[in-house]
Amino acid sequence: MEDSLTITRPVTRRSFFKLMGSGLAVIVSAKDVFSSSFISDATLAEDSIAAWIHVDEAGLIQVYTGKVEVGQNIRTSLTQIVAEELRVSMDAIRITMGDTQLTPYDRGTFGSLTTPNMSPILRKAAASLREMLIEMAADSWKTNVTSLTAKEGKVSHPNGTTITYRELTKGKKILKAVNQNVTLTPPEQWKVAGQSLPKVNGRDFVTGKHQYASDLQLPGMLVGKILRAPAYGATLTSVDTSKAKSMAGVTVVEDQNFVGVVGPDTQAVETALWEIKAQWKMKPQPSRATIFNFFREQAQTPRSEANVGNVDSVFQSATHVLSQTFQLDYIAHVPLEPRAAVAQWTGNNLTVWTGTQRPFGVQEELSELFKLPKEQIRVVMPDTGSGYGGKHSGDAALEAARLAKSTGKPVKVMWTREEEFKWAYFRPAGVIDVKSAVSEAGLLTAWEFHNYNSGPAGLRTPYEVPNQKIEFHPVDSPLRQGSYRALAATANVFARESQINDHAHMLKQDAVAFRMQNLKDPRLKNVLSATAEKFGWNKSAADSGQGIACAYEKGGYIGTAVEVRVVNGVAVIQRIVAAFECGKIINPRHLKSQISGSLVQGLGGALFESIDFTEGKIINASLANYRVPRFKDVPEIEIVLLDRPDINSTGAGEAPLVALAPAIRQALYQATGNRQNQLPMLPNG
Amino acid sequence: MQLRVNNQDYEIDVNGNTPLLNTLREHLKLTGSKYGCGEGVCGACTVLINGVPVRSCITPVGSTQNKEITTIEGLEQEGKLHSVQAAFLETDPFQCAYCASGMILSTVALLKRNPTPSRQEIVEAMQGNICRCGTYPALLEAIQVAVKK
Ligand code: FES
Ligand code: FES
Repeated sequence: MEDSLTITRPVTRRSFFKLMGSGLAVIVSAKDVFSSSFISDATLAEDSIAAWIHVDEAGLIQVYTGKVEVGQNIRTSLTQIVAEELRVSMDAIRITMGDTQLTPYDRGTFGSLTTPNMSPILRKAAASLREMLIEMAADSWKTNVTSLTAKEGKVSHPNGTTITYRELTKGKKILKAVNQNVTLTPPEQWKVAGQSLPKVNGRDFVTGKHQYASDLQLPGMLVGKILRAPAYGATLTSVDTSKAKSMAGVTVVEDQNFVGVVGPDTQAVETALWEIKAQWKMKPQPSRATIFNFFREQAQTPRSEANVGNVDSVFQSATHVLSQTFQLDYIAHVPLEPRAAVAQWTGNNLTVWTGTQRPFGVQEELSELFKLPKEQIRVVMPDTGSGYGGKHSGDAALEAARLAKSTGKPVKVMWTREEEFKWAYFRPAGVIDVKSAVSEAGLLTAWEFHNYNSGPAGLRTPYEVPNQKIEFHPVDSPLRQGSYRALAATANVFARESQINDHAHMLKQDAVAFRMQNLKDPRLKNVLSATAEKFGWNKSAADSGQGIACAYEKGGYIGTAVEVRVVNGVAVIQRIVAAFECGKIINPRHLKSQISGSLVQGLGGALFESIDFTEGKIINASLANYRVPRFKDVPEIEIVLLDRPDINSTGAGEAPLVALAPAIRQALYQATGNRQNQLPMLPNG
Repeated sequence: MQLRVNNQDYEIDVNGNTPLLNTLREHLKLTGSKYGCGEGVCGACTVLINGVPVRSCITPVGSTQNKEITTIEGLEQEGKLHSVQAAFLETDPFQCAYCASGMILSTVALLKRNPTPSRQEIVEAMQGNICRCGTYPALLEAIQVAVKK
């Protein structure tokens, strides 16, 4: 493992070849990638570099991006797009990701932004490189570029002569910006991109060779653990560490509320931790039973998302008004690999390896904690055991770095499942009030929507409604909460689409037809009809329940239909059909996998996942007591991919999740007669 | 203490109560077996002991002396993947792949016991293995490919 600090960031145009070695490179600047709103981010200078592709002297093509691989298989999809435009095989390319020392700054891998932002620009960068290589060949052959073609890592002359990229780049030091007007390979001609190619480095994963952060070992490395509070808000009043300190090979690190132990292995450290006697002062905290009232009581000034027309006057005169409340519990991400980090100090320089979606964010957290310039901190992110929005913070990294600093040895901190449940952050719980009116003809006339705490993502309605009042009411959450795959769109779409289904039902209208007459967006209508068609909407047997829903989120359009049957008195989800469209498809297999994975994860939150807590204590902090979907929970899943080669791809890690819960709710209602207005819907199921 | 892992003998100095998983990962540096829950309910730490799948996180290392332990690192023979590994590589079911080692070893054990499991039997046998990325449909496909190998 490389553990020394060899490069001083940031890589600039001037220092590029000194650091990277000679060759030919195309640089993607930050403003090529991000919209202006992103550039206003203080840490991101206007001219900073966002990614680059470099053909080095050995002919190896190296791509550097600050994005990270958390199981969404972007390592593979980005390789495909670069291989395609450069006309090389997949294995001619190496992608270096998420290393603050080697890769350009990136705010983080979340919000399904990699595909929409990074993929098109890397595609242009690769095409620009291809153009440069062809120009260089044309120069050396004194001919014109139009007669030359690039293929399999070579440029060919019509007379049969070829020259390899390697020969072309040898000894060169050429650096160029992306040609924004470069000719791209049209998707109809794609041979590598657009194909279901297997995961890059797939072999390392089936042989156990791939090292996640939790697998790394450094010479002389020790293991560390942290003393945790018994509940949220508790503070340490006194601690007796004498017994732990007396244990062979164990060091206790104390710094106010922070108490950690370091030792040769997990067993020793767990025993030492057990021997520490601590007194805590508790602070009154809400429980799950009171949390929804708490949200209403503690709500801060609402933020308006939409305010058009006058909803109140419509409600006064309308005949069909529907008003209901939805609630959702906190849920946990449960990444199968809990938070883990290895930290090593070399003098005043710190290197941390950790599984995170934001290596540069973790670098900032470390810089703040140790009052150390960022140049002295390197955060490396080995492809990690998933995140789903749950690994934005650097908790384990900070802990490992503190312990390593105190002991002068490299330290690994690996959270237990219990710690991950208790001290990571949750998908917010929330309360949503919806009131809406429809005309006799089945047109929505007024829409009032209040979301407490769960978040503003996906708050706006895609339906055409002349009068709207939509507000988000933030609350200081008593439990630590944060990002989660699809954010609050899951909550907001659940409430919205449930309301829509109920309106259709009240008017005795078909749920698809009702939507069609209230929607304008053609892409959304397309996924809805594709879903209905594949599902055989309204055709299935009378003894089953059916539900449907649709949504637009993060550039992805999703339609979902569900069939529920009651088997021996128990409602069972028999079938899920989902149609998805997110522009041009880069890797159909991995896209399907993302969609199906989102749906399976969505099943958990829709049906049974929920964090239980009393007075700030998480009481189901184990996988035996917090149920996540398993093999048996997965029904038949059919996915329809709608390809739009004319539209740039967006990410697919999130949107597919959001329409599932309302579709299930409707199917459950038809099958059982019960309408569930809370998530999870079947907590004991 | 004497351990036999992947046809290799090891002499190690650990307390017999230490979970086998910790011993493999920390003392033998065999990190292919993963920690997912530490309570025997996720399957990430699955290894074979005399061919039978066990949850190494709740198996005291002392109880595994004089037994044949197989981890994911021991499946490949002379550079050739085990047929189950080959089936998984070819089918490409994983996202983050943190569950891979447990899934593969559980499949190896299943096919040893029942070389031609039905879909239902596969689901029953794999119920103890969690894939949080939710790749179950693709995993089923991979296992079915392995059955045919
Ligand atoms: S880590 Fe052993 S079963 Fe989960
Ligand atoms: S692929 Fe991520 S846990 Fe299975």
